[in-house]
Amino acid sequence: MSALLEIDNLVKAFHGVPVLRGVGFEIRAGTVTGLVGGNGAGKSTLMNLLGGNLRPDSGAMRLEGRVYEPENSAAAARAGISFVHQELNLFPNLTLAENLFLTDFPIRGFFIRRSVLARQAAALLAKVGLPHTPDTPLEHLTPGERQLVEIARALHGNPKLIILDEPTTSLSPPECERLFRLVRSLQAEGCAFIFISHALGDVLQLCGRILVLRDGAVADQGPAGDFTIARLVTSMAGREIKQLFPGRTELPVADADTKPLLEVRGVRQPGVVDNIRFTLRRGEILGLSGLMGAGRTELARLLFGLAPHRSGEILLDGKTLTGGPRARIRAGLALLTESRGEDGICAGASVNDNIMLATLPAHAWGPLGLLSNARLKPVVRKVSESVHLHTRREGAEPLRRLSGGNQQKAVLARWLLAEPKVLILDEPTRGIDAAAKFEIYQLILALAAAGTGVLLISSEQEELLALSDRILVMSRGRLTGEFVRPDFSPESLLRAALAHHHSHPETHP
Amino acid sequence: MIQRLASSEFFVLGLCALLLAGLGPFTPGLLSAQNLVNVLAAMLPLLLVAAGQTVVLIGGGIDLSVTAIIALASVAGAKIMTLSGGWMAAHPAAVPVAVGAMLLAGFLTGLANGIAIAWLRMSAFIVTLTSLMAVSGLTVWFTDSKNIADLPPGFFSLGQRLPPALGMAAGALALTHLMLTRSIYGRWIHAVGHNAATARVSGVPVPLITALSYTISGLSAGAAAILLTGRLETGSPVLGQTMMLDIIGAAVIGGTSLFGGRGNVLWTVSGVLFLTLLDNALNLRGLSHFVIMMIKGVVILLAAGLDVVRRRGQEE
Repeated sequence: MSALLEIDNLVKAFHGVPVLRGVGFEIRAGTVTGLVGGNGAGKSTLMNLLGGNLRPDSGAMRLEGRVYEPENSAAAARAGISFVHQELNLFPNLTLAENLFLTDFPIRGFFIRRSVLARQAAALLAKVGLPHTPDTPLEHLTPGERQLVEIARALHGNPKLIILDEPTTSLSPPECERLFRLVRSLQAEGCAFIFISHALGDVLQLCGRILVLRDGAVADQGPAGDFTIARLVTSMAGREIKQLFPGRTELPVADADTKPLLEVRGVRQPGVVDNIRFTLRRGEILGLSGLMGAGRTELARLLFGLAPHRSGEILLDGKTLTGGPRARIRAGLALLTESRGEDGICAGASVNDNIMLATLPAHAWGPLGLLSNARLKPVVRKVSESVHLHTRREGAEPLRRLSGGNQQKAVLARWLLAEPKVLILDEPTRGIDAAAKFEIYQLILALAAAGTGVLLISSEQEELLALSDRILVMSRGRLTGEFVRPDFSPESLLRAALAHHHSHPETHP
Repeated sequence: MIQRLASSEFFVLGLCALLLAGLGPFTPGLLSAQNLVNVLAAMLPLLLVAAGQTVVLIGGGIDLSVTAIIALASVAGAKIMTLSGGWMAAHPAAVPVAVGAMLLAGFLTGLANGIAIAWLRMSAFIVTLTSLMAVSGLTVWFTDSKNIADLPPGFFSLGQRLPPALGMAAGALALTHLMLTRSIYGRWIHAVGHNAATARVSGVPVPLITALSYTISGLSAGAAAILLTGRLETGSPVLGQTMMLDIIGAAVIGGTSLFGGRGNVLWTVSGVLFLTLLDNALNLRGLSHFVIMMIKGVVILLAAGLDVVRRRGQEE
């Protein structure tokens, strides 16, 4: 029997940064293939290539022996590849039938053929085992049932291959079981699946074959029976550190007497984080690791007063933090946010205005808050030089004209001026070039050496391993591990990051 | 090339010169000293209220309620000082109190707009539009739709003699300009207009700044009402009703962006000058009010188009 889908040596790079470095595998009809990998392994890029959202730089895909080069997601669906995404793309205010046929209503002239719609929708709902009538509003369904609606929608075009992206995240164990039964019955009818999940137990239970991606290449593959969770973790984690990092030479004052700079006591916000406790010392770089969606960014925003928490306490230098960002900046906290464009920069404002934004009150004079450009200029120039910021018009140009790396350096400069006691960095090197990365690493080390406590959130494991003195691991809103240098191992970090991604009880005999 | 030209700060002043040079020879009276003084006097109220609007636009908002505020302030002041049945008729302090009340009416309405937008997080468009409706209704109801005449002569000299009016407008403009360019509040207003989320993360008191900008706009409408009421010698419940598009148009023609973050009250001065000259020249050429409205509408639309071109130019 020949393969349903053949992937041959796919290569894809973004701005010269390789994301897929020659991925190849085969999928046979009527099989379920588990696809696992850590953050940045290349899973999403691979799926985007399959779904027609991106085109490969080189390599080939064949579907049933014919060349498969989808122009867009509609072409992928026509060719027989359907996606069920992690975030459900459903409309709670519409009925099940409307959700199922949103892009493809049966029509006569200008009008929807209600009876045909109802008949076809009922058939699809029966196929996934949902007892509801087609005119039930989606909002009456549980998350698990909605997941089944997503699958029913994917089934609409009689696909040959369905890709399930983290379908079990929001499901209860019985709902999971129901989903798995459905997958098996569709599999028996000849439909193939790719199952992407961090719940390794589920992967082992459901899948026939397993494919492990790491750093844009296939790190391991084989029949699921040959795998254990331990082998999966080892394959996902890898071992070598390939990038260049400045060494962590200065170590923080390991003085047990000094009270912690930042102390987080049992912080909890339902649905976001639960019982977070840790401390951060002067001059320490504390890494915060975890998979996407583990709650790291949410924790950072909560610490900075951008989001509320229901219980627990946050202390900086022994004083409880309250209020919004403004009060917390004054108390000595700073946050470099995860998405620069969204809430890190004013893209249209000048580089200099961006740098000064957080520290204007310190330079304003009198009740009218007057500012002297002559006095601000040297301040900006000095900090720009210290972060090696490259501008063309002495920082008068709009910030959006600078490269991503230089934009990020400008944001760092803004926080350096505020002289925070604790600096939270959320993905500080995302989307920037290698040279700027290296400079930012050096800045982080210099800051720590000068006594600043740094909380470093990063999805790049090598970065965390190279810079941190201590690493905390989060999973599903909880802290699930703490590792102190030199006891770092990619494997144990990953194991902690995968904790709480529980498979349902029958998974582990 | 078009983008370079359109972004120049002197672009609009150049247009004004072109207008004068182009229409002057064919429009008797346009270039006479008396006419130019008239143009200057006619500019001042528009200038005041457009400057306040510029502050709101820079902060990324819009204030559609200003014309209603002008009418409210006008009748409030007039009701206090009118010699026929005013609350403080013929009292020596009547004029100062009335002037204060006009400013206060603008301040309070602006503050109410600001609170709804900043803290209740309502859309600026709907808040100021409903505020326009409610305040206009209040004004007409309060006056029974009648003008309030018989104002003390000491008051309308304020709007009619050029030096005091000019002094007041220039002072308010200078203050606004300094606030925008030389004070922390100005920087904060710009930052909020560029990206309110970034401003918040950087410790800018975003709601306070938003409320401040609407309060300034309301206050400037109150100030404009003083000049307009003085020129008219009556408090009118429909005062300023037709000015709305001129106010936003002047700011946008000057180069202030409708997308927020970019603007300057000095640019708005050129915008006001251009619109007033255009209005005046077309009037002198004997065009009907409706034709002038059509032409001004097209000009303001072109200016809004230029705003988009400038923004694209910046993004490249």
